[in-house]
Amino acid sequence: MQELVNLFVKAIFVDNMIFAYFLGMCSYLAVSKKVSTAVGLGIAVIFVLTITVPVNFLLENYILREGALTWLSPAFAEVDLSFLSFILFIAVIASMVQLVEMTVEKFSPGLYNALGIFLPLIAVNCAILGGSLFMQERNFIGITEATVFGFGSGIGWFLAIVAIAAIREKIQYSNVPAPLKGLGITFIVTGLMGIAFMSFMGIKL
Amino acid sequence: MADVLEKKEEAKDLLVDKQPKEPLFSKKNRKLLNDPLNDNNPITVQVLGICSALAITVKLYPALVMSISVLFVMAAGNVIVSLMRNFIPNRIRIIVQLVVVASLVALVDQVLKAFVYDVSKELSVFVGLIITNCIIMGRLEAFALGNTVWKSFLDGIGNAFGYAWILLAVAFFRELLGSGTLFGFQIIPDAWYLANGGFYSNNGFMLLPPMALITVGIIIWVQRARNTKLIEE
Repeated sequence: MQELVNLFVKAIFVDNMIFAYFLGMCSYLAVSKKVSTAVGLGIAVIFVLTITVPVNFLLENYILREGALTWLSPAFAEVDLSFLSFILFIAVIASMVQLVEMTVEKFSPGLYNALGIFLPLIAVNCAILGGSLFMQERNFIGITEATVFGFGSGIGWFLAIVAIAAIREKIQYSNVPAPLKGLGITFIVTGLMGIAFMSFMGIKL
Repeated sequence: MADVLEKKEEAKDLLVDKQPKEPLFSKKNRKLLNDPLNDNNPITVQVLGICSALAITVKLYPALVMSISVLFVMAAGNVIVSLMRNFIPNRIRIIVQLVVVASLVALVDQVLKAFVYDVSKELSVFVGLIITNCIIMGRLEAFALGNTVWKSFLDGIGNAFGYAWILLAVAFFRELLGSGTLFGFQIIPDAWYLANGGFYSNNGFMLLPPMALITVGIIIWVQRARNTKLIEE
């Protein structure tokens, strides 16, 4: 149990998707002009990450990895399908996003309208595929770990985008040099936030 | 020899025949190549493809390998999607594009693993992340789906170069100031270092991720100060 909590906290702060790995930067910069939309996108990302990481974990461990197919027949012990992982992962993500979109539309039209265009866009958010690829790289032991990791990464991304949206709303009233306005200052502010988040790096969990 | 030349001429004629009024490198087509380098740069103006651009710019060599990979995936992806553009149903186009890009990236990944294994280890997940690199999806969606093959090819090359020069510029400053080397060769003389009684020491801070963001921010600043029509608001 304690390990899971550690993994969770680590995924949020130490290995923050944005500040430590720059994943999901495109939507992070494009959709962070207002706090309300940032919250919507953040929630959608948490949702999709929590679903896709464990699903891809199962795929990796029961189909793709070398010797993973032994549950079908011992003859497959040497089959290594890992070169297919990119295509399968992205297919899972794209179809999961489609599925989530349809489910949300059916059962919670309010949330669906609030998320709007962001839901389908999540399929091409680097943070989602990044979550699955990190899962593959780190060799998690069980599906619980993978789920906790996905959920934690989502929360970390959510925190980052809400924070930058709040800062951008305030920065509109500041006197920024003209060529730096908009994109430039956002980059620099994100860099400074990244430096702040680096203070978590020393924490051993 | 003359034979070969003739054949080349023929091939050229064939290509031109498809677009009867436009030469291969007309003004419009050259614009496709030049625009992404400055006025319409994918990173600093269109804000696409930043995810991978920042994480692998600690050293020049991996940045170069990454740029070449993106160049290949972009050019090939644009051509393939442009060839299929009349057959792709609108509703599933994102999935089709993703599959095309994912297969190309899987190819690049295998090639990198076979020929430059250590760089491929260094790039780790970022090779896979070329799939969701927004530049590629963005250009497929915005350009290749509605334009002819040759134009899409030029657009892909142009945007990949626009991406590459920012990547290499960031990597240049980070490697020079952070480790005092370029492509692994030492640039700052040994005698300058504090350890040898000099006055200089490397700024280890440049090696950390946040400095990539600040470097890009400064590049944007310089670019927009020189090219005032890009200033927002």
